[in-house]
Amino acid sequence: MSSQTGGYYLPAPSHWPIVGSIGIFFLALGAVLMMNDGGATATVVLTTGAAIITYMMFGWFGTVIRESESGKYNEQVDVSYRWAMGWFIFSEVMFFACFFGALFYMRVLSLPWLAEADTQALLWPDFQNTWPISGPGLSEKFTPMGAWGIPAFNTLLLLSSGVTVTWAHWALKKEKRAQLIWGLLATVLLGVVFLGFQVYEYAHAYKDLNLTLEQGAYGATFYMLTGFHGFHVTIGTIMLIVMLLRSIYGHFTPRNHFAFEAVSWYWHFVDVVWLGLFVVVYWL
Amino acid sequence: MEAAHAHDDSHDHAPSGLMRYVTTTNHKDIGTMYLWFSFTMFLVGGVMALTIRAELFQPGLQLVRPEFFNTMTTLHGLVMVFGAIMPAFVGFANWQIPLMIGAPDMAFPRMNNWSFWLLPPAAILLVGSLFAPGGGPGAGWTLYAPLTVQQGMGMDLTIFAIHILGMSSIMGSINIVTTILNMRAPGMTLMKMPLFVWTWLITAYLLIAVMPVLAGAVTMTLTDRHFGTHFFNPAGGGDPVMFQHIFWFFGHPEVYIIAIPAFGVVSQVLPAFSRKPLFGYPSMVYATASIAILSFLVWAHHMYTVGMPVEAQLYYMFATMLIAVPTGVKVFNWVATMWKGSLTFETPMLFAIGFLFLFTLGGFTGLVLSVVPVDVQLHDTYYVVAHFHYVMVAGALFSAFAGVYFWLPKWIGKMYDEKLGKIHFWLSIVFFNVAFFPQHFLGLAGMPRRIPDYSLQFVDFNMISSIGAFGFGLSQVFFLYVLLKAIKYGEKAPQRPWEGADTLEWTHLPSPAPYHSFEKAPQVK
Repeated sequence: MSSQTGGYYLPAPSHWPIVGSIGIFFLALGAVLMMNDGGATATVVLTTGAAIITYMMFGWFGTVIRESESGKYNEQVDVSYRWAMGWFIFSEVMFFACFFGALFYMRVLSLPWLAEADTQALLWPDFQNTWPISGPGLSEKFTPMGAWGIPAFNTLLLLSSGVTVTWAHWALKKEKRAQLIWGLLATVLLGVVFLGFQVYEYAHAYKDLNLTLEQGAYGATFYMLTGFHGFHVTIGTIMLIVMLLRSIYGHFTPRNHFAFEAVSWYWHFVDVVWLGLFVVVYWL
Repeated sequence: MEAAHAHDDSHDHAPSGLMRYVTTTNHKDIGTMYLWFSFTMFLVGGVMALTIRAELFQPGLQLVRPEFFNTMTTLHGLVMVFGAIMPAFVGFANWQIPLMIGAPDMAFPRMNNWSFWLLPPAAILLVGSLFAPGGGPGAGWTLYAPLTVQQGMGMDLTIFAIHILGMSSIMGSINIVTTILNMRAPGMTLMKMPLFVWTWLITAYLLIAVMPVLAGAVTMTLTDRHFGTHFFNPAGGGDPVMFQHIFWFFGHPEVYIIAIPAFGVVSQVLPAFSRKPLFGYPSMVYATASIAILSFLVWAHHMYTVGMPVEAQLYYMFATMLIAVPTGVKVFNWVATMWKGSLTFETPMLFAIGFLFLFTLGGFTGLVLSVVPVDVQLHDTYYVVAHFHYVMVAGALFSAFAGVYFWLPKWIGKMYDEKLGKIHFWLSIVFFNVAFFPQHFLGLAGMPRRIPDYSLQFVDFNMISSIGAFGFGLSQVFFLYVLLKAIKYGEKAPQRPWEGADTLEWTHLPSPAPYHSFEKAPQVK
């Protein structure tokens, strides 16, 4: 159903994109309704959207996997995927840069300004700027998250997972299928344990530390940065699980396995973001 | 790879009618959809603009409530930037890049389809926000906090529309970058690429870099609205000015995202009708890249009046002026391309020359605005409105018109009516100047932008401006007629209707370009 022109694989017409667009439309509309007290309608619309998108992802990625396994992609297609994944990760870097930028702006500029001469006298005369802090207009107290408990352990987990995924990659290149599967399984487990600790940490923060999203500068940047990171770890873990299943089914060859490499690039990227988080959110 | 291509007649089984366009993976179909979508949104945004101009025809409140006026200025900006101009140039990219570099299609045809089909849902959310409880967004297209934090459900719809538009742009850009870097015909080195392709490579890079930042900014707005964060609220250590910084870190490169492909189109059209190669091609490439890099370093010139330290103002002033250097290089090269050329003045050339004059004027007023003490006076006045409409309309839009008239013969295989095209040009350029030139005077005299009422001394120029705006709007309806007439009754176009055009689509492909082109890559010398 598709044309192969000059060797470059050009897919036939596909209905997956429009399915995805319909899904995204419902997802966005549902989210808007939910945030504006849409009640049951909102839940139905949101769930419909999410279900359609999940269906689309299974269908679309499934198609790509079948095409790849049937040898339709030549080396030029492979290079296309490499460029694309690299640029996609660059876009993700810029997304996180935006939230890191917000954190730096608050710590370096807006909080000190609020504690400075005129501003301080006019707005909150008693305000003293010390980090971590919620903000001059918020009175509730909270305890900041320490760096050397769970976060330090999580750092260790993620760094180890970077090692295991590389170990799996070596195995793939040397055609040691068992080592590939064990390496991926270990990576997935490390990712899952990391996420478990994140969930535990959030529960602990909300219940015991009174550290919530509403806690001004610290609360907002803490949850947005770690939250989006955790979301990316979740996606990465799901992708690793897919790679694990594909490895078990016998997909990939030592020469043709860019899906695996793309996932490991993504995983290393998530790892590097975490290091940044650990230093500027938890530690300093 | 075998030279004999084994394409198993997919296009014989391809869906027909509407489903052909819904499921298509063909860059030409997708390019066409982008262009028609963009023209539709151009008319929608145009109606909004005319609502604004109708209200401003006379002082006092005439037609609409102030809240609705705010919604019109906001949606006009968002619709024109994200719905009309950007998709127009992505349409050009889709049609032209594979043809100009000798590729069979874009690198990721299915993702290409999705990039387009994300636009209609986003447009429905964006324009549909008008019907949400509390009305559409009314904070200006720049979406400044804290106003955005206080508005109704329409703002949420806008935020999600922006997210979806951003996804579309990022996917489209990744596709374009990959196509240019990996799909060029043998022998087509980077420095042999037509300049239009170069400008899109640079634009796509800018898009991938800044669309995620906009996504982050509106996400913070969303959490401030609904989840209790204090990013833009000083009570929680945040700062509404922070939104402006993040927004303009996106917004200034965004200006070049719109302008740079326009430079690319003009750089194809001027040499073709001057029958001379583009003057100073390498310097054109370097100038475009310099503009792109500088665009990341000047964002705060949009916000001189927020109360930043004078050192910062000085830095942003000088950095902004620096952009005039590569831009000057480009204008010089365009003029030098025409110098001693065998010029003819068909419609594309007329629009390109109109671009050259009026974009340069818009650039000069930009230079005026870059001067801090002047900008402090002119900030948020109609002078700024005049300035950026010279860049966006007479710059980007005129270049898009030039491109449409230039490539239409290759796209549909038929010629437009030259006489009607010229009438469209003259109507556009005259009414454009009638609409926007007086706005310089209004701004210098102190009329603020985005206000539905004004004091009496501004009446005359506002009336003239409104008349010009309606004339300009009607001229674009005329453009639709010119297009439809060409599509239905146009004379058959030769392979190369412009004798000075020498890129691959003219030298290697018949008109109209076949549905599948360059199945075997051409050899570029």
